[in-house]
Amino acid sequence: MENLQLIIPELFISIMIMFLLIFGVFKKNSSQLVYNLTTVTLVATLALIINLDTQIQSSLFNNSYNIDSLARFMKILLVLSGIFVMLSSSKYIQISKISKIEYPILILCSILGMMVMISSNDLIVFYMGLELQSLALYVLASFNRDNLLSTESGLKYFVLSALSSGLLLYGCSLIYGFSETTNFNQIMVNTREIEYGLTFGIVFILVGLAFKISAVPFHMWAPDVYQGSPTSVTIFFALLPKIAALTVFIRFLYIPFYELGDQWQMIIIFLSIASMVFGAVAAIGQKNLKRLIAYSSISHMGYALAGLSTGTTQGVQSSITYITIYLVMNLAFFCCLFMLKRNDEYYENIDDLSGLSKNHPLLSLSLLVVLFSLAGIPPLAGFFAKFYIFVAVINEKMYFLAIVGLLATVIAAFYYLRIIKIIYFDPEKEKFESKHNLGLKFTLVASTFFILAYFIYPSGIVDIISQININ
Amino acid sequence: MNFPILSSLILLPTIGALFIFFVRSSNSQYQSSKYVALFITLANFFLSLYLWIIFDKSIVDFQFVEEREWISGFVNYKVGVDGISILFILLTTFITPICVITVNATIKNRLKDFLIAILILETFMIGVFCSLDLVVFYLFFEAGLIPMFLIIGIWGGERRVYSAFKFFLYTLLGSVLMLVAIISIYWITGTTDVIKLYELGIDAKYQNLLWLAFFSSFAVKTPMWPVHTWLPDAHVEAPTAGSVLLAAILLKMAGYGFIRFSLGLFPDASLYFVPLVYALSLIAIIYTSLVALMQEDMKKLIAYSSVAHMGFVTLGIFTMTQQGIEGSIFQMISHGLVSAALFLCVGVVYDRLHTRLINRYGGLVSIMPKYAIVFMVFTLGALGLPGTSGFIGEFLVLMGAFKKNILVATIASLGVILGAAYMLWLYKRIIFGKLINDDVKKMVDLKRFEIVTLWLLVLPIIFFGFYPEPLINSIEVSVANMIDMNDLDKINKLALGE
Repeated sequence: MENLQLIIPELFISIMIMFLLIFGVFKKNSSQLVYNLTTVTLVATLALIINLDTQIQSSLFNNSYNIDSLARFMKILLVLSGIFVMLSSSKYIQISKISKIEYPILILCSILGMMVMISSNDLIVFYMGLELQSLALYVLASFNRDNLLSTESGLKYFVLSALSSGLLLYGCSLIYGFSETTNFNQIMVNTREIEYGLTFGIVFILVGLAFKISAVPFHMWAPDVYQGSPTSVTIFFALLPKIAALTVFIRFLYIPFYELGDQWQMIIIFLSIASMVFGAVAAIGQKNLKRLIAYSSISHMGYALAGLSTGTTQGVQSSITYITIYLVMNLAFFCCLFMLKRNDEYYENIDDLSGLSKNHPLLSLSLLVVLFSLAGIPPLAGFFAKFYIFVAVINEKMYFLAIVGLLATVIAAFYYLRIIKIIYFDPEKEKFESKHNLGLKFTLVASTFFILAYFIYPSGIVDIISQININ
Repeated sequence: MNFPILSSLILLPTIGALFIFFVRSSNSQYQSSKYVALFITLANFFLSLYLWIIFDKSIVDFQFVEEREWISGFVNYKVGVDGISILFILLTTFITPICVITVNATIKNRLKDFLIAILILETFMIGVFCSLDLVVFYLFFEAGLIPMFLIIGIWGGERRVYSAFKFFLYTLLGSVLMLVAIISIYWITGTTDVIKLYELGIDAKYQNLLWLAFFSSFAVKTPMWPVHTWLPDAHVEAPTAGSVLLAAILLKMAGYGFIRFSLGLFPDASLYFVPLVYALSLIAIIYTSLVALMQEDMKKLIAYSSVAHMGFVTLGIFTMTQQGIEGSIFQMISHGLVSAALFLCVGVVYDRLHTRLINRYGGLVSIMPKYAIVFMVFTLGALGLPGTSGFIGEFLVLMGAFKKNILVATIASLGVILGAAYMLWLYKRIIFGKLINDDVKKMVDLKRFEIVTLWLLVLPIIFFGFYPEPLINSIEVSVANMIDMNDLDKINKLALGE
């Protein structure tokens, strides 16, 4: 076990979870302190991950746990998003009276599960990570237990997620049955020939994963859970699980079943097109911003999957770029949501934004930038995200996918424009509070600046991501 | 020449916008932000004038080329000008300060935001005309939608929301196919650099589809019949400065795109689709002229006349003759000046009476004589009277068309007559006739800033009408080179069976 140092970040988080649990129980009224300590823990974890030797490409525990460039990048992304989520939602948690010690600890558990998922190179390890993050998320979704919508969303997520986990587990067992192993690399060696059982296994696992990133037709939970959960949990839902699930998608498709590309490619293309189109169309009628962003994220996941469906390294890299930019855009959007506060009450309907630009010019400007970026209009970051995807897709001569995707962006542009219309063209309403805590403001400014200034130096992120090798 | 003059042209308005943005707003400082904007846009105008002077008109190649790595190993930021694009840059920098002057009367609220939007828009417009990379071009081309959407939507008239959405979605829908085509070109040839693409050429078997994809974008933006319907709506609802920019410059992006990309990159396909373009252009010329005759709203009338005029432009470009293309470019510059002026004229009376309905006016000649004079010049410019810039453009286009196809040219000539009909009738109904309405009697003649802006536009229209040499001189070599390089003449002769 000389390589134990490679999983120091994971070990550190585990120790901190246990420590914070005990600390929180013994020290009275320490919820805010635990919350802050959690943020510190995440920052320390980030430092530990960055501190790891980048050259090492290593597998631990009988080749079931991968520490490679993909895992490293995704973990940095994950923990960084976690830090920003914690920074931006601290005030919300206090005001919504869900500031309990369990809240940050559950978030840590979930992040730990995701880190395990990201590094997993084995079906069982992957499943363990998945369940760790899911169990924490069930509780988080219904954390505002006095609220009917919140409890409903928690239950709904639990039931549907359990179903999908069941399917996924069944898929795992099928694959184990046909390949006699659970290790990804070993599966590749053992499955040179296509067998029906194996294909079924792949399909079942893809269903489970599609559920996690809420791709159509496994998206039904997303709008309700996004709307019902406390906003601080919704932002978590919108960002972090997507990173982990996408990484597993990449590993699962590109390591054990890379050779069987023609088996899964059509499925991914279908998921991608269905998500892009459905997400765009269904969002048009929404009145609640959180529900709308749920459909919007369904649509965005469609684009990320379009990159994966190419079956090329370039496609995977474009997906990773996409998810990175998607994270920043959603982070900025939710920061704006956190700012719609008046008399200790948060507003989340589209109509509440009416005429926002007259009273809050800077907040509206950020929303404007974020929404145009989500719509994929140049020169904002969202355009480049889509651009890379389409470059990869068209390189594989998948013109149909590219044209459908681009037409879906036009449909999607409509509902983003509708919000902009309400902010800028409609008569003004009562003012919102203009005082916000520093973490929230910093997160919003940083993410908006990233979106706005991305075009000046687009190579930066691409260069980092192009160093990730998949196999 | 190491000084990056083109990048400065592109960046200067944005820097001005940032400056206005960061100056703290209070009512007293609204005025100062206007002067900042005026200063910046004028500085940009003189910079582009300087560029035009030092520009060597006898050289075929692109000049002042700047190239920088942008998306590593994929797209380079590359800008440069030739004789064609420099004129459009000049037009842009000339029209923008005029728009800034007009905000005095037309924009009542959020002046600062309006100026920022106009300045940002100027950046994108200049960027379109000097980018020498397809991706960079697309970026600027699309980005212009954002400020224009806000200009129509925030400061527009009653149906502004509908118009803004229609404008945005139509143009976006047209453009997405162009993006697919651009990326495909990259995978076919390995570059998106326009100069390299001119040298490499694109395999004829791909050209037709790519041409159609580019066409879908430019046809919406031009706008060509039948996708022109967004234009009257956008024009009617936009504030005066917005209409001016839309008519004078945004529409020209498409004409410029036709010359630079459709002809330049896909000569074979362009030839193949000549009948299509002829047909659509003729329909645009005749049909929209007839529609313009029946309009009761001044802005709508001018908007439809724009569609008809742009029909001449597309017709001229696809004659693929020296005269036709030169005529199209001249027509675009001329139309940029004339339509801008006409929208300003509408703005003048709209500010006084708050209606654009033609029958509410009448008899203005007796109370607004100064207005009647300038409006006369612009009307004549729009209908192409010899001695105005409008004549030269239409004449050259028709000359090119007669060389190629007499039937097409004859039908297009009918459009000139119709153009005279609707413009003169408009003039008659507004300026002449009896003063009936009492509130019209109270209207005052042009104020000082209106005189300045309108006469600034009268001068070039008449000057270039009598002495088109400077413009023709500037584009001659580039157009000839475009025709040479792609063997358009040879292709033409083959097609004619000579």
